[in-house]
Amino acid sequence: MNKKVILDNNHLNITLDRLACQLTENHADFKETILVGLQPRGKSLCEKLLNILKNKYKISSVKHGFLDITFFRDDFRRNKDVLIPNETDFKLLVENKKVVFIDDVLYTGRTIRAALTAIESFGRPKAIELLILVDRRFSRELPIQPDYKGVQVDVYENQKVNVKWDDVKEGNYVYIENLMNG
Amino acid sequence: MDNLSVDHLLGIKFLNLDDLELIFQTADNFKEVINRPIKKVPSLRDITIANLFFENSTRTKLSFELAEKRLSADVLNFSSSQSSVKKGESLIDTVNNILSMKVDMVVIRHSSPGAPQLLSKKVNATIINAGDGAHEHPTQALLDSYSMRQQIGNLRNKNILIVGDIVHSRVALSNIFALQLQGANVKVCGPNTLIPKYLKDFGVKVETDLDKALKWCDVANMLRLQNERMSESFFPSVREYKKYYGLNMERIQKLGKDIVIMHPGPINRGVEITSEVADSNNSIILDQVENGVAIRMAVIYLLAKKNFDR
Repeated sequence: MNKKVILDNNHLNITLDRLACQLTENHADFKETILVGLQPRGKSLCEKLLNILKNKYKISSVKHGFLDITFFRDDFRRNKDVLIPNETDFKLLVENKKVVFIDDVLYTGRTIRAALTAIESFGRPKAIELLILVDRRFSRELPIQPDYKGVQVDVYENQKVNVKWDDVKEGNYVYIENLMNG
Repeated sequence: MDNLSVDHLLGIKFLNLDDLELIFQTADNFKEVINRPIKKVPSLRDITIANLFFENSTRTKLSFELAEKRLSADVLNFSSSQSSVKKGESLIDTVNNILSMKVDMVVIRHSSPGAPQLLSKKVNATIINAGDGAHEHPTQALLDSYSMRQQIGNLRNKNILIVGDIVHSRVALSNIFALQLQGANVKVCGPNTLIPKYLKDFGVKVETDLDKALKWCDVANMLRLQNERMSESFFPSVREYKKYYGLNMERIQKLGKDIVIMHPGPINRGVEITSEVADSNNSIILDQVENGVAIRMAVIYLLAKKNFDR
């Protein structure tokens, strides 16, 4: 398989650090903020950021949850496979809180659109921001842009951007792969 | 795991173990949804579902209706007592007329066994069986198994007892199919007159002594005496039935172990189960009702996914 690494472990750590730092600039003590990792892939990113906030910036017990948006997608029954949802782990109300959606790759924007609807089930947030590790430029189908982004890439439609989370063996990195029959 | 193997939910006997696992897994997610402050998802907002109840029902009808509304489907309700069925219209005509109003899915309860199967062959809609005569009641069996699994985990090699009026019960038959698919040991208990002869062919054990049966089981599912289906006398008196097959505290305390008590409702308090037992900590009767909505949401969601691909 044709893989091209765009962020290696080192660069990824620097990027995560910067993202956490940017969050603290806007959210200070995080008292009124809730970080929301979008299932399945935003969860790991969210956990990494929580770790950095705790260890480096000494901000612990940041309120957070993991939201699955499967039932809110607009491609239900347009997609070939059954959409098997992931667990939603969300015990908080977002009423009047500042919410930050966290996901690994921003592509068409449709996941974020679904998340905007899904979060309404938990109240009316004061504001919603979007934090993205990889922003695929020129591929948006909806008017959605990130407030915080790790890296911006231009890739062809038959290429996929993946984030590998593997603290134990290979390390964490971001890569582009060519899809077989893309 | 991908799609369900069936296009309609006519009975548990048409499902396989993968189907059950897929339904239970999906129901887990819907259970979380119905415990949110806003208990609704937009998945089925372009689907219309007709609930055709040719027989009385409280729980099942409300549960289906709620499940449909939580999925944002449009819902039509029909009960035969207020309809043209009374004027002599046939089942297929009634349903075809409703379908010409562009209905996608039909939930049907009917007193004739096989009515849902007949419909699935004759009309162009997805059919869900909400109980057909003394034949099957698949969503009840699914929610029963789902509720058991929440209490005692995987049902493989667990001992499940079904007590009471087996011969008139669609719940019993669907439960037997579902439990056996999951590898549970199934025993039924009741007076011989209320136990059908064919059960032995299914590998179901029969016990007529309730105390012995309770000692054996991990879960006891108590069924209602279906007086409305009894055209003759099956036992001498309700008092005698209660004495031999009614579940009371004394019987449970004698066991020296905890068992899970279930009842599909409606309960005849003081007949098959005393109020004390029905309201005790061992009883999960109200959990069953909550799980019913999640299970029905899962079934409707998965069938819609399978049949209305665009």
